[in-house]
Amino acid sequence: MALRMWASSTANALKISSSASRLHLSPPFSISRCFSSVLDGLKYTSSHEWVKHEGSVATIGISDHAQDHLGEVVFVELPEPGGSVTKGNGFGAVESVKATSDVNSPISGEIVEVNDKLTGKPGLINSSPYEDGWMIKIKPSDPSELESLLGAKEYTKFCEEEDAAH
Amino acid sequence: MWNILHRKLSELVETKSVLRDHIPIIRRFTGGGTVVVDNGTIFVTLICNKDAVPNVQPFPRPIMSWSGLLYGKVFEGLADFHLRENDYAFGDRKFGGNAQSITKNRWIHHTSFLWDYQVKNMSYLKLPSKAPKYRLTRDHTDFICRMKEHMPRSEFIERTIKAVGDEFSVSPVSLDSIDIDSVSEYVHTTRLLTEQEIREASILQT
Repeated sequence: MALRMWASSTANALKISSSASRLHLSPPFSISRCFSSVLDGLKYTSSHEWVKHEGSVATIGISDHAQDHLGEVVFVELPEPGGSVTKGNGFGAVESVKATSDVNSPISGEIVEVNDKLTGKPGLINSSPYEDGWMIKIKPSDPSELESLLGAKEYTKFCEEEDAAH
Repeated sequence: MWNILHRKLSELVETKSVLRDHIPIIRRFTGGGTVVVDNGTIFVTLICNKDAVPNVQPFPRPIMSWSGLLYGKVFEGLADFHLRENDYAFGDRKFGGNAQSITKNRWIHHTSFLWDYQVKNMSYLKLPSKAPKYRLTRDHTDFICRMKEHMPRSEFIERTIKAVGDEFSVSPVSLDSIDIDSVSEYVHTTRLLTEQEIREASILQT
């Protein structure tokens, strides 16, 4: 059965924007809402989460492609600090108007910090998925798990193929 | 009455009437809104491995659109069916509300179909803060409609089974035959709310 995606999604074109060493120095999004952005320097999963590894801490969130496809986020379910996450398993959920969607951890580790701002402002995931919309920070238990994740170019291609196929 | 997972109860139901009339409230794990369930309500839940529906990306909107095409077939020639935002409507009157849950490899699309309703029961629901645009300012009785006024119950069920059968192979199964014990460590997140919880929400309502 042929299915047409919503116009904004079928028109999605993806570009890579290079990040400086600090994310906030480069604009993460293009101006048009038709474009999903992918940041260089992050690793990605095929379930649309990103991870930024900086020294002993890795920050995790969902990608611009994901937040765009989810629609307006109205609630974010997050774990407690001190808990652990396992690569590929769910650690929380994002709720949009009619759906709860699991968020899966790209790598394993111990949760050291959780973004409390998302409780009062779940929309940060939509407006700033790579910066203010970060979800958890973990201490990776096995940094080699990062190697099997998608780089920015691969993830961009993956998203293009997903949108083209649907 | 079904309730979504994290919304404040006090914003969704008239807690004092619910307590007075001993209406049970179930909080379900899927998203979506609050509905009144009676013995006429028809539930249709589609649980799909994402690869079994390869044309559909596992996100709310694509799943919703796909379901709209499916139900379009169910009601073809029978009623003026529309997918309006996230609702199923005849014309501009809602008869089906949807809720979804999406995990890494599969998703649920669940519909509560309003077969019939008593006006009195609708008064247990508050007007939701996030109403769909097409609702405009209509109250419940002007916004919803009864499916039974549009077709026989058996016809809706048969046509739904046929439409699903056009996409998948369908076979009937009884609940008794499902081996629930084999699903170990399953954490039930859908649950009945306690009277205490409803009372606490009632205090928040003026």
